[in-house]
Amino acid sequence: MKKTNYSREHLAYLKKLKKKRVTVILSRVLILAVVLGIWELLAQTKAIDPYITSSPSRVAKTIVSLYRDGSLFYHIGITLCETIVGFFIAVIVGYVIAIIFWASDTLHAIVEPYIVVLNSLPKIALGPLIIIWIGTGYEAIIFMTVLVAIILCIMNTFAGFAAVDPTKLTLMKAMGAGKPTTLLKLVIPASLPALMNTLKVAVGLAWIGSIMGEYIVSRAGLGHLINYGGQVMQLDLVMTSTFILCVLTGGMYAIIALMEKLVVKQF
Amino acid sequence: MLEFENVSYTYHTKSGETSAVKELSFSVEKGQFVSVIGPSGCGKSTILSLAAGLLFPSSGKISRGGGEFGYMLQRDALFEWRTVEQNIFLPLEVKKRNTAQMRAKAVALAEKYGLKDFLKKSPSQLSGGMRQRVALIRTLAAEPEILLLDEPFSALDYQTRLEVCDDVQAIIKSEKKTALLVTHDISEAIALSDKVVVLSARPAHVVAEHPIDFADTPKARRNDVHFAGTFEILRKELGI
Repeated sequence: MKKTNYSREHLAYLKKLKKKRVTVILSRVLILAVVLGIWELLAQTKAIDPYITSSPSRVAKTIVSLYRDGSLFYHIGITLCETIVGFFIAVIVGYVIAIIFWASDTLHAIVEPYIVVLNSLPKIALGPLIIIWIGTGYEAIIFMTVLVAIILCIMNTFAGFAAVDPTKLTLMKAMGAGKPTTLLKLVIPASLPALMNTLKVAVGLAWIGSIMGEYIVSRAGLGHLINYGGQVMQLDLVMTSTFILCVLTGGMYAIIALMEKLVVKQF
Repeated sequence: MLEFENVSYTYHTKSGETSAVKELSFSVEKGQFVSVIGPSGCGKSTILSLAAGLLFPSSGKISRGGGEFGYMLQRDALFEWRTVEQNIFLPLEVKKRNTAQMRAKAVALAEKYGLKDFLKKSPSQLSGGMRQRVALIRTLAAEPEILLLDEPFSALDYQTRLEVCDDVQAIIKSEKKTALLVTHDISEAIALSDKVVVLSARPAHVVAEHPIDFADTPKARRNDVHFAGTFEILRKELGI
């Protein structure tokens, strides 16, 4: 922002905007602090049973001890890898399938009902099949992640392709552009905002898929820790893993939101 | 340059077929600016699609005297993710004629018609009239022989419309291009054209053709004594 001689009124307006932003940020931090504080206080005074509810300080201790025995980044790394690999497979394969649908109305019409059914099917129902077919390794979890995220990727990106301004399509046609040229010059760039939206939703679904997958089969990862912690009544472990998950999902979402901001700026 | 001979065209939809154009004949000579006017929904856009070869006539013959077509649409359809300059290069890229020489020509054209300061800007920073001017330069960039204009001013507000319409006519004339304009605006047709073709309601056929030869510029025409009389004749022929 250049420094220019704004009117007093405008300066007051800018100040008001800034004040609002500061209020929002401070309030957010405050809410978190208050919730954590009350939780800690109740646990310290034994008003609630920390054995069942854990507490912020116990979560912190658990993180430190996980870090000391070297398993913190091991579990985080495993889940993060599964999620990211699954996410990229779902997004890329989904994108390619959406392009194929865009290129062929007939194929899309044929396949659509199957897509709709697959979309509404709870993927966890396929758990036993996945174990039998793919085994209990990372592949199974990645497969689950892809399964959970891909249908939405296909449907969202396709909807983005279909929403391209018909006038622009006519223009391309009038210039003599074939389908590949129209795709590259118009449809893909025009649907970038839709793709960014898809990524945002897909990242959430990928986490659901990977944690669900770890519940079913794994012997490592954050989902495994949560599951295991629940089974042996180590609620500190459950809370800690959940907390780490919150940080990771939030971080990944923030990265995509930032990417979106950069891309959509031109629209 | 462009000739329709007894051209008919029928639309097919699930609910039935519609005869949009019936035994239509007219021609556009080289360098001529011809307007086609007709009641709303009479199939005017269909005529341009036929002329451009986007649609094929059900019967009859369309002869094109070679050369490329440039199509200008109701809305500017500029690509927001490209700069003005990149928008102008679009037809070159699509037609695989994206050479440095063609690009330089396109830029020279844009600069000649007042877009010099806007080349690196985004279309969203331009006014409606300016955007339509960019759309015209984009159409001209691939050096078409004949321009097909599909109510290119109808989305603009009245004041901008007069301005841009005079602008576009001047550019087309000075670049010595042939143009076929479809519109439902009688005064626009009179102001711009060398010849006005009046169409009937659907299925469209030619009701009358009028050469327009008074005054030279759109502005002078609108102020000419013959304007009102010509307007009246066309209005009656359109049945409004």
